[in-house]
Amino acid sequence: MLNKLGFRAIIVLICVLIAFLYLTPSFTKEFPSWWSNLLPTEKIHLGLDLQGGIHLMLEVEAIKAVENHLERVVDELKQDLRKNKIRYMVLKRDGSDKIAITLIRPEDADIFQDLLKTNYPDFEEKRVMTDPSQTAFSLALLNKAKGRIMKMAVDQALETIRNRIDQFGVSEPDIRPQKDNTILVQLPGIKDPKRAIDLIGKTAILEFKLVDEENSLEEALKGNIPPGDEILYQMAVDPKTGRRTKIPFLLKKRSVLTGEYLTDARVQIDSRYNEPYVSISFDGRGAKLFEKITGENIKKRLAIVLDDTVNSAPVIQDRISGGKAQITGRFTTDEARDLAIVLRAGALPAPVKIVEERTVGPSLGKDSIQKGFKSMFIGGLIVILFMIIYYKISGAIADLALLLNILFIISGLAFFGATLTLPGIAGIILTIGMSVDANVLIFERIREELKLGKTPRASIEGGYGKALVTILDANITTLIAALVLFQFGTGPVRGFAVTLSIGVIASLFTAVFVTRIIFDYIYGHGKLKKISI
Amino acid sequence: MEFIKQNINIDFVGKRRMAYIFSASLIILTVFLLIWRGGPNYGVDFSGGILIQVQLSDNRTIAEIRKALESVHLEDSIIQEFGEKDAFEYLVRVRQTDIELTGLGDRVDQALSSEFGQDVEIRRVEMVGPKVGEDLRQKALFAIFYATLFIAIYISGRFELKWLMSIVMALSLAFIVYISSSLGVSVTWLIIIAIIVTLALCWILKLKFALGAIVALVHDVTITVGIFALTDREISLSIIAALLTIVGYSLNDTIIVFDRIRENSRRLRKRPLIEVMNMSINQTLSRTILTSTTTLVVVLALFVLGGGVIHDFAFAILTGIIVGTYSSIFVASPILLIWEGKTSKNDK
Repeated sequence: MLNKLGFRAIIVLICVLIAFLYLTPSFTKEFPSWWSNLLPTEKIHLGLDLQGGIHLMLEVEAIKAVENHLERVVDELKQDLRKNKIRYMVLKRDGSDKIAITLIRPEDADIFQDLLKTNYPDFEEKRVMTDPSQTAFSLALLNKAKGRIMKMAVDQALETIRNRIDQFGVSEPDIRPQKDNTILVQLPGIKDPKRAIDLIGKTAILEFKLVDEENSLEEALKGNIPPGDEILYQMAVDPKTGRRTKIPFLLKKRSVLTGEYLTDARVQIDSRYNEPYVSISFDGRGAKLFEKITGENIKKRLAIVLDDTVNSAPVIQDRISGGKAQITGRFTTDEARDLAIVLRAGALPAPVKIVEERTVGPSLGKDSIQKGFKSMFIGGLIVILFMIIYYKISGAIADLALLLNILFIISGLAFFGATLTLPGIAGIILTIGMSVDANVLIFERIREELKLGKTPRASIEGGYGKALVTILDANITTLIAALVLFQFGTGPVRGFAVTLSIGVIASLFTAVFVTRIIFDYIYGHGKLKKISI
Repeated sequence: MEFIKQNINIDFVGKRRMAYIFSASLIILTVFLLIWRGGPNYGVDFSGGILIQVQLSDNRTIAEIRKALESVHLEDSIIQEFGEKDAFEYLVRVRQTDIELTGLGDRVDQALSSEFGQDVEIRRVEMVGPKVGEDLRQKALFAIFYATLFIAIYISGRFELKWLMSIVMALSLAFIVYISSSLGVSVTWLIIIAIIVTLALCWILKLKFALGAIVALVHDVTITVGIFALTDREISLSIIAALLTIVGYSLNDTIIVFDRIRENSRRLRKRPLIEVMNMSINQTLSRTILTSTTTLVVVLALFVLGGGVIHDFAFAILTGIIVGTYSSIFVASPILLIWEGKTSKNDK
């Protein structure tokens, strides 16, 4: 009997020891080296709602990537048609998955179709039936190809965002793709959420465009935009009044150089004005292009356009060789730094839209932890006192089980690498209230058995035996609800489900197994005639 | 120490008519309230929109804040005080509108600090796009649905050893849900249909314990939602978590009574069920009250001390515990009796 008791006690002691081992990292800062070699060093993860941070759900507008792809195909096709001496009237993107083309000579149709088959296997061509001369075609992008492009856009966006965040410097970011072209970004402990959001959400397409100085900007602003031109704006903020003004520019639509040729972007400080600027370097091809453009357009203005906003439009003073350029503007150091990061990490293949944002400031997180633990402490204390008053020594045994239960829940979080959230703390608090339930059930049964005149030992035996089935049934249903929550919940709610599940299982162990050992130890030898209950 | 003497004998089941009338009127009230309000008061998680929690450094009236927000076109938003009195915290909520939501937190920050000329702290921003809100709502409803389904299976299997029956029930339910979802029925209706079908199936297949338990938990959740509507609280993601916890808790209570009924009716075959039930409820009464008290105490601590973010969550569980305790005594068990009358008539 006592041997078996000893065996059970050892199981409990081992569990407690393991629990403490997993708990230690969360309460100590430094470890001796022998510790980190052998033993767990993971701290309990705090959810974003407790440590502050940003949770973002980004939707990659992947259809834009498909459209960009079609535009590129249109350009390629134009060159191919020229090479094959096929003349066309219309050649343009039609919606988000078609290209419309009309040939001039019907006899070109065969060569055109051959060309399509060999060079453009991603497209399915159909003659437009309403066209009497039968020279109009509609090229439809195959669904398979469309899906591939969209997936690639999401993958690339994921990679780019990851790069940007890595360079921005966030500890333990969590970036992962979700279904429907969305990307989940979680950045714990961020101090300046707005900056991070700007950095992630910027498409960062860098283009160099020539300013059209032959046509009048005034005319264009009235609506007569010359063909091949466009109007883009520069945003200027008056540093004194904070007023924003938009300065229009008439630009040639075609970009002469893009960010694709970029190899590096760094923040530098202008020694004269002590203002930061971003210096960029091009690769070999980009450097050659840049030299050619600057050489051909001396004394003209070249606009630097970022995401369709004019950054600056300096006058080209001289041919620039060596593939280096500067982007100046009234940057703060942070702005310059962020611009350098997005340029280095590259442009997003398609714009992203924030579809969900949850930001918790660090002070609110701290508040939540404090208040959560305060209510846990006070609630727990009342329950502990209540159990002692109501059940005397047996109540104290149940209290011991309760404390062990809390220990197991918290170390369980560390063990499973789960995240503690504010609803998670609520889950622990709820478990405190509910875990004494098992003991209440057992104690009430023991009292009933005692009333029937059974000996203490038999009463304990009967009480535990009869209550066990009920306890199991009751806990399994709670567990079902918790598991469903885990499956369907997100973020904080999941944290709640995890603590609740661990709590239910741990409470079975502590309230049934552990208390039984103590009861058996005290009353097992049958010498005591009364149970303090 | 004893609150409740062991030989207590209250005729709970005899008062079932009164309890039915009381519960039914609460549920009807809830339904009317929900219809009148045009559905539950969904928070930004489900309706889409934005919620901004700001902290100012001194007291301002709601009207002052509303005026300050005019410059960012938020004067029509819902603005309310939040948390403790001396914390000067406010919630600004905007339902789905045409306003660009991205970066709105920052614009609110600027608008408030330029108007009040003081430090404004944006403590929390929750922005949910319309599509995400829709998704979350579906997920939440499905969570409630699956929890109910699994629990129904477990109870029927466990209490009446009708695992086969309960699997039949699950399959036919899944089939009906599949059919109606392919017909394009909205999720809200899907859940209502599913619950009605579950109850009907329990009835037809004579799964009486499952029927009692499910009636009790639907009862508890509905009344909690009704009280939320009455007190103008919003249903958010964490409230769904609270509702599911109530489901678990309500069952916990119900099962403990059911277990006793099963045990006692095996022992006392001769006695009429109504007597066995009363006996069982009385025997477990001490435990029911005790556990409810301890749980109530800790949740009350959370409600009072836990801070604004968790306030509504604690309120939901608080309500659920009270309603759940009541229903496990007065609602769940008497349901078993509906059957009793029928079968005995058939036997004769």
